[in-house]
Amino acid sequence: MPGITREEVAHLARLARLELKPEELDHFAGQLDDIIGAVARVSEVADQDVPPTSHPLPLTNVMRADEVRPSLTPEQALSGAPAQEQQRFKVPQILGEE
Amino acid sequence: MSDQIIKLTAAETAAKIASGELTAVEVTEAHLARIEAVDEKVHAFLHVDREGALAQARAVDAKRERGEKLGPLAGVPLALKDIFTTEGIPTTVGSKILEGWIPPYDATLTKRLKAADVVILGKTNMDEFAMGSSTENSAYGPTGNPWDLTRIPGGSGGGSSAALAAHMAPLAIGTDTGGSIRQPAAVTGTVGVKPTYGAVSRYGMVAFSSSLDQGGPCARTVLDAALLHEVIAGHDPMDSTSVDEPVPPVVEAARNGSVQGMRVGVVKQFRGEGYQAGVVQRFDESVELLRELGAEIVELDCPSFDLALSAYYLIAPSECSSNLARFDGLRYGARVGDDGTHSAEEVTSLTREAGFGDEVKRRIMLGTYALSSGYYDAYYGSAQKVRTLIKRDFDRAFEQVDVIVSPTTPTTAFPIGERADDPMAMYLADLCTIPTNLAGNAAMSLPCGLAPEDNLPVGLQIIAPVMKDDRLYTVGAAVEAAFVEKWGHPLLEEAPSL
Amino acid sequence: MTTTTDLVSYEDALASYDPVMGLEVHVELGTKTKMFCGCSTALGQDANTQTCPVCLGLPGALPVVNATGVESAVKIGLALNCEIAEWCRFARKNYFYPDMPKNFQTSQYDEPIAFDGYLDVQLEDGEVFRVEIERAHMEEDTGKSTHVGGATGRIHGASHSLLDYNRAGIPLIEIVTKPIVGAGERAPEVARAYVRELRELIRALGVSEARMEMGQMRCDVNLSLMPKGAEKFGTRSETKNVNSLRSVERAARFEIQRHAAVLSSGGTIVQETRHFHEDTGSTTSGRVKEEAEDYRYFPEPDLVPVAPAREWVEELRAGLPELPLVRRNRLREEWGISATDMQAILNAGALDLIVATIDAGADAASARKWWMGELARAANESQKALDELAITPAQVARVTELVAKGDLNDKLARQVIEGVLAGEGTPDEVVEKRGLKVVSDEGALTAAVDEAIAGNPAVADKIRGGKVAAAGALVGAVMKATRGQADAARVKELILQKLGVEG
Ligand SMILES: [Mg+2]
Ligand SMILES: [Zn+2]
Repeated sequence: MPGITREEVAHLARLARLELKPEELDHFAGQLDDIIGAVARVSEVADQDVPPTSHPLPLTNVMRADEVRPSLTPEQALSGAPAQEQQRFKVPQILGEE
Repeated sequence: MSDQIIKLTAAETAAKIASGELTAVEVTEAHLARIEAVDEKVHAFLHVDREGALAQARAVDAKRERGEKLGPLAGVPLALKDIFTTEGIPTTVGSKILEGWIPPYDATLTKRLKAADVVILGKTNMDEFAMGSSTENSAYGPTGNPWDLTRIPGGSGGGSSAALAAHMAPLAIGTDTGGSIRQPAAVTGTVGVKPTYGAVSRYGMVAFSSSLDQGGPCARTVLDAALLHEVIAGHDPMDSTSVDEPVPPVVEAARNGSVQGMRVGVVKQFRGEGYQAGVVQRFDESVELLRELGAEIVELDCPSFDLALSAYYLIAPSECSSNLARFDGLRYGARVGDDGTHSAEEVTSLTREAGFGDEVKRRIMLGTYALSSGYYDAYYGSAQKVRTLIKRDFDRAFEQVDVIVSPTTPTTAFPIGERADDPMAMYLADLCTIPTNLAGNAAMSLPCGLAPEDNLPVGLQIIAPVMKDDRLYTVGAAVEAAFVEKWGHPLLEEAPSL
Repeated sequence: MTTTTDLVSYEDALASYDPVMGLEVHVELGTKTKMFCGCSTALGQDANTQTCPVCLGLPGALPVVNATGVESAVKIGLALNCEIAEWCRFARKNYFYPDMPKNFQTSQYDEPIAFDGYLDVQLEDGEVFRVEIERAHMEEDTGKSTHVGGATGRIHGASHSLLDYNRAGIPLIEIVTKPIVGAGERAPEVARAYVRELRELIRALGVSEARMEMGQMRCDVNLSLMPKGAEKFGTRSETKNVNSLRSVERAARFEIQRHAAVLSSGGTIVQETRHFHEDTGSTTSGRVKEEAEDYRYFPEPDLVPVAPAREWVEELRAGLPELPLVRRNRLREEWGISATDMQAILNAGALDLIVATIDAGADAASARKWWMGELARAANESQKALDELAITPAQVARVTELVAKGDLNDKLARQVIEGVLAGEGTPDEVVEKRGLKVVSDEGALTAAVDEAIAGNPAVADKIRGGKVAAAGALVGAVMKATRGQADAARVKELILQKLGVEG
């Protein structure tokens, strides 16, 4: 497995929306490299024909009936909002598109 | 009087309240006084809800006066890990990013406690987002181990274990993703149970790693843990991963402890390098005790357990990187950088940078890495395969034995600060507890003595198959009784007074 | 924002290139509650009144799957001739966006509930084109942001945004086609016909109203060109959220012309998202991201797998309604109309209304005539959809009944309909209030006829001379005199009789 570089940490931080400081990049690069190096052992089983387990218990088809339940009041919904306006969550300018 | 009240077990307390010998208010006041007296030193609580607790206690007393039937834990105080939402009461998960957040809803577990008339004293300290084994990762400062305040009380649920060990509450709630109930129990000389995954609702429990997280009971005795287990367990339609089966008869099991004729497994992978001599010694004595009590000891080989820690440190961070994405400073919690010059994206990045501690950031990035394209198969995918292998090892093991025992943790409580900047060393604390989280089965830690070299508590872990949680209590109660008889008193009586 | 785009003519583009399309359609299901929580999906409510810990992504909240959402997905899959997964999981699609409360979308990734199907679509001239379906999967909608402070309510130039999460978590089915090749110059038409057919199918299944203008159905048009004869697909552009049938066609057409211009001048197409503009019929580039999106999909650990039992799937299959294309062909035959006529009916959104009118007692020809004639005009004038007009199929049927009985003639019937549309009441009430009865009193009619003959001696002479066709002018005069309330056929009879001519 390749080691993890400062640039990779910066990329991960961008993906994860963490505005890391320059000194943190170095710090985390070293630590993440150590951790990845240690846990990379799992790939020993990568080629084995073993099904992956995503859920600890083999439950299936857990569903609810399509019945309306009470919602929060808008006051409750917005109670934790750092900023609000017109009964909506107020957020800074959005740059993206989607 | 107050001193005697706080030493009572939950079962005794409930009986005295039911008979009128004590009122719930007296009991609550005694514990609030104890918190007042010692928590400045211990720092087990992040928030004490004095008024709420007393109001709940008064309601219990009123109920009794009206002649209404009380539940088995009515009026008994409890310390709730600050990871469960509590309507109207701050919930921080030990993180700055949720500082001041007051949830508009109760977790299912919170509701169940209230419905059972358990008195919630307040919210306990924890490693931020339950990531850690020492409670040093709390954004609000570490918790001290009542056995030695310079040492860690375990983690992530160190506040809960310390509250029990310091007699600030007879009952507590923890959550266990990789050992966060059992390891704190082990290092504080208390009892902690990770029920079968899905046995206790996760609704309203702030997620760290969804497929591993499990809430469970913490107490000073096996019976108390069982009584609490019965209150909090059971199917919840709000949690899709909740098991829709009857709760195993845990209280009955705790009242009828026995290991006579039981097959008890000892896994060869749970010893060796990194295990403290005194821990191994107490563990070996426990196995001997089990044999004396009539159990048949079976040696087991579970080769995949060697990969458990690695799989865990891929799966848990992966899930956490996604679970914690919602903390973006836009809808609740802290917001940093909203000064008119930053976009929403920038505010999110600034908020997360300022709001999360190092361990949380480390795991988020680790998980982001493990899930990213090009690495998924090697890391996350392989980890999920390891998970299958671990389940198979357990399945094979439980064909041969009824329960498995091991040390709960390789060492006793280490000094605060010792492993703070060495994540890998910290992760080793969960070496023995992690396989059950990956496989989903049940496990308990209970005290098995003090390590001779440091006079600190050692935990014995008992592991049972999925939905056979009652076996933990059958074995745990027998072992507990034998030890108490051998020591002449519960282990906690040897703890220094605060 | 005024960037001009080089285009080549559509014909030239098609002369050199073959278009390849991929269509991704998102349909909001008409369930009562959201996909993973019990909040209502009712439209038009006050902001943030339909949210709960789950759809707000509050810490600790957990999703539970809406059973009707899954059932709808399976129905759609079956109607699209798909295979239904025996076992599949939800997956998290991780990316940050303020309108997405959890900063991941609960969706499906490599295990969709339905896959490998097809939908036959009929083009204007009746030709049937088979569109292969890659997959249909379940996911959830996002909240809605309003951008404040900018000139046009758009993101650009806004000072801040306001978020309403009522829509967050509404069930979506995303239906993805396989690459559509071989449509050639008809590609834009195929795109439009496909989306229309899909809409009809969704409505027929009763799983959504699929109103594009309300965002209940949205289409992403992926398009690439390859030089004629080539087999390797070119780089595609993804035009997002195209919200009408017409726009789907126009977007495809525009992109064909744009791609061709870029490629012909030796340029390369950038893989990017693009926005379609209704006003100009053009697309513009979306924000170019510095780094490729990496959604880090993984199985949703908070939900358990969905394993639709085979018996249940077969039950749903057996209960599927007659599918739109089959139904249309049947009706076309029953009514004896051409494919083009049927297409016009479909385009007008009149099919169900006509069928309902027939079911209420009208004959097919009359029902068609009123909905496609008078009512289509009225809808057009008032800028409404046909089914938004203030008249019911039963009322239209009643009008046709009155005409058949001879109580109304066409002209009067039009007035009755006008009255109903104006809110004056039922057809019978309008007839009553406006006094719109055909004059069948022979005495009054005879007098009017006499008057008309007397007033137009020249015309009368022509008729006497055998020019029966000229009678029309006299009929007109009588109708005018009776303010249209006469039975024109009877009037003509009387005129010919009076003038001694055999009709
Ligand atoms: Mg989608
Ligand atoms: Zn909701």
